[in-house]
Amino acid sequence: MRIFLLICLSLISYSLSAQVKLLTLDELDKRIAAGKDTTYVVNFWATWCAPCVAELPNFEKLRVANLKKPVKVILISVDFKSKLQKEVIPFVVKNQLKAEVFLLNETDQQKYIERVDPKWTGAIPATLFVKQKIRRFYEQEFTEKQLKNTLLNLK
Amino acid sequence: MKKLLLMGLVLISLGACAQTGGYKVGDVVKDFALKNVDNKTVSMADYKDAKGFIVVFTCNTCPVAQAYQNRVAELNNSFAAKGYPVIAINPNDAEAVPAESFEKMQAEAKGKNFTYPYLLDPDHVVTKQFGASRTPHVFIVNKTDKGNTVEYIGAIDNDPEGVNATKEDYVKNAINNLSNGKKPVVTSTKAVGCSIKWKKG
Repeated sequence: MRIFLLICLSLISYSLSAQVKLLTLDELDKRIAAGKDTTYVVNFWATWCAPCVAELPNFEKLRVANLKKPVKVILISVDFKSKLQKEVIPFVVKNQLKAEVFLLNETDQQKYIERVDPKWTGAIPATLFVKQKIRRFYEQEFTEKQLKNTLLNLK
Repeated sequence: MKKLLLMGLVLISLGACAQTGGYKVGDVVKDFALKNVDNKTVSMADYKDAKGFIVVFTCNTCPVAQAYQNRVAELNNSFAAKGYPVIAINPNDAEAVPAESFEKMQAEAKGKNFTYPYLLDPDHVVTKQFGASRTPHVFIVNKTDKGNTVEYIGAIDNDPEGVNATKEDYVKNAINNLSNGKKPVVTSTKAVGCSIKWKKG
């Protein structure tokens, strides 16, 4: 009984902590600027995007492998804002995503796609590696090994 | 030495593939001959009376493409009679995603009463010529003396969710411009969509 209660409690606390906040690109830039020597691995995904969902565990592995290093994995969902409560948060809870998850709070695709990277056509998954002035953008899926190597070779 | 040369060649060809090639606005489009869901081959040359085409790269499975399906049908209903029919092409590989198979395309077209062709593009040949990168991805071409010239590349509108108060119907506006003998005001837009499911290997 006690164990059952404990499990319930931990599940509840997990659900409570699984918050997905809205994030604008201005806020993302500020965050990155404040991070100094931190490398940010920013993945753009959506709950409806099968290849995105398939590669999410690779980002989790990258996060865990770099816990002691100045590396931050940020998952930015481009799901519709109206899906935040019904789709995105339940997805984050169900898949126990431990990296920071945000929902992109931008309305004009014409502006934000170009601003993330002029090379981005809008297809997802897409991932941005940023470390101070270094900025590398990839409109592709990543394997665990590719993520690791891209991070290592970030220059 | 030979090995080195070979590696060099492989690298060069890989580099060529990685380029985001494809048509740009103003380019003349090469005609294609692709199998439609009714098993007949469709080419742009088949449309003697067309003034141009709304070529839509779309598919069976992408939720964004699904959200736009009715709007693609409306475009064909509105503009086919005016000389700008829709031609839909599925850029995805059925081995990569079984739900994108030709049979599933036939079922999709039948179930949703497609009034426009829905073509299979084996080995992504036409997809790569156009440089389509996602679904849905629209290319408007206009018949000119030079051939079928690309006039617009991008999204159908800026309102995938149906909530944008400042909705702009990019494709409708571009066709209306062309119908009036003018160039489209907006020639290129970007939108979030599903990546193309390329053949593996």
